[in-house]
Amino acid sequence: MGNNEYVVQMQGITKVYPNGVAANQGVDFHVKRGEIHALMGENGAGKSTLMKMLFGLEQPTEGEIIVNGEVVSLTSPTVAISKGIGMVHQHFMLVPSLTVAENMVLGMEPKKGVFIDYKKAVQITEEYAKKYNLHVDPNAKIIDIPVGMKQKVEILKALVRGAKILILDEPTAVLTTQETAELFKELVSLKEQGYTIIFISHKLKEIKQITDRLTIMRGGKSMGVYETAGITEQDISRLMVGRDVILTVEKEKAQPTDVVLKVRDLEYTDSWNRKMLDKLSFSVRKGEILGIAGVEGNGQRELVEMLFHLNTPDAGSVTVNGKNILGMPQRKIRELGVSLIPEDRMVYGIAASGTIEENMISDRFDKKKFNKGMLFNMNAIHKESNELIADYKVLCKSYKQEIGMLSGGNIQKVVVAREFSSDPKLIIADQPTRGIDVGATEFIRKKLVELSREGAAVLLVSADLNEVMELSDSLVVFYNGNIAAYFEDTSVLNDEIMGEYMLGLKRQSDEEIRRVCHE
Amino acid sequence: MFEQIITMVFQTDFAFSIFRITAPILFAALAAVVAEKAGVVNIGLEGIMLICGLFGTLFSFWTQSWFIGVLGAIVVGILLALMIGFFALKLHTDIILAGIAVNTMSAGGTIFLLYLFTGERGNTASLTSSNILIPTIKIPGLHQIPILGDIFSGHAVLTYVAFLLVFLIWVLLYKTSIGLQIRAVGENAHAAESVGVSVIKIQYIALAISGILCGMGGAFMSMYYSQSWNTGLVAGRGFIALAAQAMGRGEPVGTMFSSLLFGFAQALRTKVSGVQGVSSNLISAMPYLVTIIGLVLYAASTMKKVKKIKNKDK
Repeated sequence: MGNNEYVVQMQGITKVYPNGVAANQGVDFHVKRGEIHALMGENGAGKSTLMKMLFGLEQPTEGEIIVNGEVVSLTSPTVAISKGIGMVHQHFMLVPSLTVAENMVLGMEPKKGVFIDYKKAVQITEEYAKKYNLHVDPNAKIIDIPVGMKQKVEILKALVRGAKILILDEPTAVLTTQETAELFKELVSLKEQGYTIIFISHKLKEIKQITDRLTIMRGGKSMGVYETAGITEQDISRLMVGRDVILTVEKEKAQPTDVVLKVRDLEYTDSWNRKMLDKLSFSVRKGEILGIAGVEGNGQRELVEMLFHLNTPDAGSVTVNGKNILGMPQRKIRELGVSLIPEDRMVYGIAASGTIEENMISDRFDKKKFNKGMLFNMNAIHKESNELIADYKVLCKSYKQEIGMLSGGNIQKVVVAREFSSDPKLIIADQPTRGIDVGATEFIRKKLVELSREGAAVLLVSADLNEVMELSDSLVVFYNGNIAAYFEDTSVLNDEIMGEYMLGLKRQSDEEIRRVCHE
Repeated sequence: MFEQIITMVFQTDFAFSIFRITAPILFAALAAVVAEKAGVVNIGLEGIMLICGLFGTLFSFWTQSWFIGVLGAIVVGILLALMIGFFALKLHTDIILAGIAVNTMSAGGTIFLLYLFTGERGNTASLTSSNILIPTIKIPGLHQIPILGDIFSGHAVLTYVAFLLVFLIWVLLYKTSIGLQIRAVGENAHAAESVGVSVIKIQYIALAISGILCGMGGAFMSMYYSQSWNTGLVAGRGFIALAAQAMGRGEPVGTMFSSLLFGFAQALRTKVSGVQGVSSNLISAMPYLVTIIGLVLYAASTMKKVKKIKNKDK
């Protein structure tokens, strides 16, 4: 049934994980021979899942994969490689202390008797490097070479194993501008030699620059396939960013007063030498919810880390009610009335093997109320736990239950109960409803609004467009570690405007952005 | 007193004893090197050596051949190392616990096995005769040279094998494809797996090699060094070997030098313990003090290295 024009045909692919999450739903993905095909979509849109299935790392629940006209069952990367599919992962699969040549031949070493023929390995590396114009130093150790060269080694590794179809997972995320330009030249040259390239990205400019066609995914579904030349950046952004159902949250108009959180000129360059926070300045006022929207990886995570001293910025200042909190121990930050709903609740939110009660009092066990001499006042602690369980509607057997056994939504309710009940002046809510059920989501959103109306300042970071647009009173869009836009009133916004700012097509003037400092 | 010690140290029999004492540590340390390179920590070295020592003696007694005794010890060593592998790699227990289990089991189990097989209790002194001990060789030519001959000739066959193995293990790790795969698996198992290298298979192979080396080390102890087997035979050499491996940066040649350092400290203890005016307790503690100092130096240099790598990343 294969059509010779297509090298890869993925038909009606559905992937449902054991926990019930449907990452792909009936996706069709067709790649023509010798093209550079972009697979686009926001984080969580299902691109990675789709590609993992094509590389044999995961198997589809439904649907079939046809490679070169033949229906294949890709049960492992080894099988995928034998069908001519190679993948360059975002996190390099290289052994740091080995040389480039050794990494190239690992698992298929050329031999001379019982020994490795290292000369041959170097020769193979040089031969491929020359043939594909991917310059690497065969004798250098991986640990000593720059990121751009590591990526070339990865591409060469796939080629030497006979790959004709290359999957590149966000290859430019770790590269500098010059390295990116070089990579594009190399990819075009590979295409001219008949190779097919699948390019995962959400950067519009890059896509426009080098791809022939593109497939857009959103929410686990394909939004269609387009000729790159025939689609505008605005259309792409509209297809990529958007909401299927518009959620509405009832809330009174905010009456913001004094500035609580003041972030000024925050800068941070990460270990990949990327500027993750670039002179970032904004303020959050008492009584308002300030939302941060943006494609993930534009500095949101780094910002939250800085605010809770999980990392240290290179420059800039952060104050809460006038007190500098940079470098302060988390306990002291909490004493200033700062609460955090962390993005990764299993790591930063709870201790999974502890009980519900232990997790609920983990920020307040040293309060006088909970202690009797050297020992805990267990009655007071039980009373507090039972009250919080009732107030926050945590579904559990009792406060003695191990928290790790609860559902995601109920775990998050425990976190929220602890963070919201400590009389917070500032709440940092980082993806507060990610991966939890509808009931818990609604409950947490309502509580957030309630607390802000009672006078807390709320900073809401969310990749969920619905959430950030409907919950926030005002909103900033992050792009490249900086604010691309500030909207004082979120009710005037629509998906299209958001998409253009989120994907970097537009940026407000500095004066407009500066308004978020409230000075 | 110091004069006395110094004269002792500069005698050829002292230098000779350093190599004799180093050999069993070196066997076990090389076993640790290979396992560690594949990313598995074999802390069962001590127990494996003790059990192998017993079986070396038993096999040589049964067959009246030292060579078959050593082979038997090697086979038992492989089986024990693979057993640790089975528990850790296949059944996913903690490999440290699996190693501790082997060490604990060896202490009681050997006495039981000895009694079961021979009816002897606690040691094999009555089973061993000189014809089934590992023979020594006088190296023709070298043997006639004064001083050098006294130091380097006349060692047991396995002493030479131990030092030869330093080179062979280096060749294995750095010049063969199995060695490349062992290093890749130990450093980045995902990378190895992504190109079709079976991580578990490579780790089994590395453990088996460490079993062979422990087998030789155990046989050396019971069939040459102590001339018979007893429960205190290995006396912590398996753990000193782990320290030697760490101090030698996990490299065969470096590990040889750190093993020699421990050998030197032990030889000195043996020598000096008879000298008047020297605290025998202090001297007994020397090899262990050297271990601690060595580990501190090693930790300090590793931290420096880590810092360097971090700075490079920035």
